Amino acid sequence: MADQATFEADAMEFMGPLYSAAYRLTGNQADAEDLVQETYLRAFKGYGGFQEGTNLRAWLYKILNNTFINRYRAAQRRPQVADVEDVEDLYLYRRLHDPLAGADESAEDAAIAQITDDVVKEAIDALPEAFKVAVLLADVEGFSYAEIAEITEVPIGTVMSRIHRGRKALQKALYEYATAQGILRTATVTGGGTR
Amino acid sequence: MTMENTTPVNCTEAVHELYSYLDGELTDSKRQAIKDHLQRCRPCDRAVQFEAELLAIIGDRCAETIPDDLTARVKAALEEAKAQETEPS
Ligand SMILES: [Zn+2]
Repeated sequence: MADQATFEADAMEFMGPLYSAAYRLTGNQADAEDLVQETYLRAFKGYGGFQEGTNLRAWLYKILNNTFINRYRAAQRRPQVADVEDVEDLYLYRRLHDPLAGADESAEDAAIAQITDDVVKEAIDALPEAFKVAVLLADVEGFSYAEIAEITEVPIGTVMSRIHRGRKALQKALYEYATAQGILRTATVTGGGTR
Repeated sequence: MTMENTTPVNCTEAVHELYSYLDGELTDSKRQAIKDHLQRCRPCDRAVQFEAELLAIIGDRCAETIPDDLTARVKAALEEAKAQETEPS
């Protein structure tokens, strides 16, 4: 059992990442702040039930996710069971990699380094919620599949599928937004005699 | 150590498993099979490096700056909750 008296000292350090996640979930600063505050209040009140020595960071994200589902999603009336389209493996790489480039093999790495925060956020925001949550927890927060299964209360196979399919859908959205803004150009050589 | 024979994987399989591979979520034998393939196959190795780089970029680009007063606001809310809990009912 964890002691409420140490809650602040234990939990406040996670506020930055929790706020970033809250912002991606709610889409705006005011709701993100409210969601973080509500998360901390609920965590504080339930801290006696937290098993000391287990994963506090994952426990806080679980409360954040549940609070969001109960409080904010209900108000938004968004469709909850949205799916992503199936996107091929290596979607972005195949569009950026020029097999004729020879020595300059990492041109596509340099290209994606130009992708801006805004483009990444826009692409993540466009993902259906279940996929967005799975991708955020894996790629931004670095949780394992097992931890994400625990946080979101879905089977690990579902978590894996959401992460993999979500990432591929994200690649396609990234490609579309970034090419529209002129940040990325496709490597496909049109015309000419080479193939 | 058991001498477990790893079943070789082809390019399609290697690419298909690349996320589980990068996430460290494969069994040891499967992970070794993919690793062996990547050592032999330059195009797949290059693609996996690209995917790893892309995941790192996505992870880096999502941070929001925490509003100045949020920490103080949350601490105040916690103080209030504490005061309510100790109040005689
Ligand atoms: Zn290969």
